[in-house]
Amino acid sequence: MSRLPGGKPMSALVRLDDVSVSHDGVLALSGITLTVEPGKIVTVIGPNGAGKSTLVKVALGLLVPQSGTVTRRTGLVAGYVPQRLDIPASLPLSVRRFLRMAAGKGDVAAALDRVAAGHVMGRQVRDLSGGELQRVMLARALLRQPDLLVLDEPVGGVDMAGQAEIYDLIAGLARDEGRGVLMVSHDLHVVMAATNEVVCLNRHVCCAGHPENVARHPEYLALFGPRVAASLAVYTHVHDHAHRPDGTVEHLPDGTVEHIHVHGPDCRHG
Amino acid sequence: MDEFLLRALAAGLGLALVAGPFGCFVVWRRMAYFGDTLAHSALLGVVLGMVAGLSPSLGIAVLAVALAVVLGLSQGQKKLASDTVLGIVSHGALAAGLVALSLLDDVRVNLVGWLLGDILAVGWIDVAVIWGGGAVALLALWKLWPSLLATTIDEDLAAAEGHDVTRARLGLMLLIALVVAGAMKVVGVLLVTALLIVPAAAARALARTPEQMALWASVLGVVAVICGLGGSWRFDTPSGPSVVLAAVVLFGLVRLSRR
Repeated sequence: MSRLPGGKPMSALVRLDDVSVSHDGVLALSGITLTVEPGKIVTVIGPNGAGKSTLVKVALGLLVPQSGTVTRRTGLVAGYVPQRLDIPASLPLSVRRFLRMAAGKGDVAAALDRVAAGHVMGRQVRDLSGGELQRVMLARALLRQPDLLVLDEPVGGVDMAGQAEIYDLIAGLARDEGRGVLMVSHDLHVVMAATNEVVCLNRHVCCAGHPENVARHPEYLALFGPRVAASLAVYTHVHDHAHRPDGTVEHLPDGTVEHIHVHGPDCRHG
Repeated sequence: MDEFLLRALAAGLGLALVAGPFGCFVVWRRMAYFGDTLAHSALLGVVLGMVAGLSPSLGIAVLAVALAVVLGLSQGQKKLASDTVLGIVSHGALAAGLVALSLLDDVRVNLVGWLLGDILAVGWIDVAVIWGGGAVALLALWKLWPSLLATTIDEDLAAAEGHDVTRARLGLMLLIALVVAGAMKVVGVLLVTALLIVPAAAARALARTPEQMALWASVLGVVAVICGLGGSWRFDTPSGPSVVLAAVVLFGLVRLSRR
């Protein structure tokens, strides 16, 4: 088991502490602190270009941050579902073979049944619909018996009924099997229902907290309220600060904002 | 059957077996121009080998491996597209080879032989090198196979699952450099990439898994070598182009039969 500085054993699966990442001098993530514990679901929401996928890559260890520390529990097995998969047209790949790549042993048929996609076993991966591919990738991640599931938009291309089914499955994986889940989503409704912690990201952590706690706060309305009903896919976030095109924070002078939200307990900026 | 034809057949079959699985990765990972770049450097390799007092084949192999390392390490840069970098290296090496050749008065090189291949001049030692080296290359590929396949599908996914993406990529480039160097004598500079690409492309239509495609590519390559050398013997045509033409005809037949 990894130890944090100071010698305390680490119970978290992965911990990011004050992590910053820039691509070619442009800041992509700034001062991110985030922890995923076993059995917990952490959902990252934010607009396009907020650095959600970059955050996922940092957590997986695919990207080394310029500053800050990332600690993963020793021997951590991660299951990753990327946002999309571009398999070359020239590569023949059956679903069965694709699943076998993740785990030589293991019941691939049972894994596929679990995500309600047993019927695609014999198909070519390239011929799958978007929703079917998402399910197959989730089954593949599960075959690895992961301690930590990292899901980048896991319901992209899945119809509404299927989305609820997949989120139920993910919630069960955390609740019943003690797996930690780090998930990226656009969908505010689902974020509220199936997650232990929500992190609003726009290159920095705008606010973070338990969804129910957040919902009890009057600021919650300012944050999500008026828009929730209409914002199934579009993330809108009214701010006391503005974001310059490069993602840095610009504080607006008093009186220019329509309303001001108070940031959550873990908020790290004004 | 004459002994030289037997040697040619032995060399060609060994190459076809090895080229099949490697050719699949060339097709999947779009490395055709990489193969061409190594082939274009061959002339410079021949000259360097002769100047250093080594055999031309050894010169080709050493230069190809060196270029593969340089190209592999230069993939991190993003200022130029990879085909631009390959074009610079490819034509730079070809030009350097031609200039060096003209400067060396006492070196005589059979240019046509290198351009088109001279499989009928292959000796038993060459055959031994092709089979021995080919076996080692296939063994190395077998070791790298899971990582390479995962990397070909998605580099991030492969890395997240614990595969060493960089090792797999560099390993593949080095091995392809060796295969290209080995194939040069048989099919020649101009056509060496075809031996990798054409059987693999034909195998695509017959396969449902990557492994099936690799096997079919080897089988089709073997058929192409047998037909090509047979035709070369029968009609007195150059061996390299005959083999490649046979492979292209096979490709056409497979595609037609699968429509």
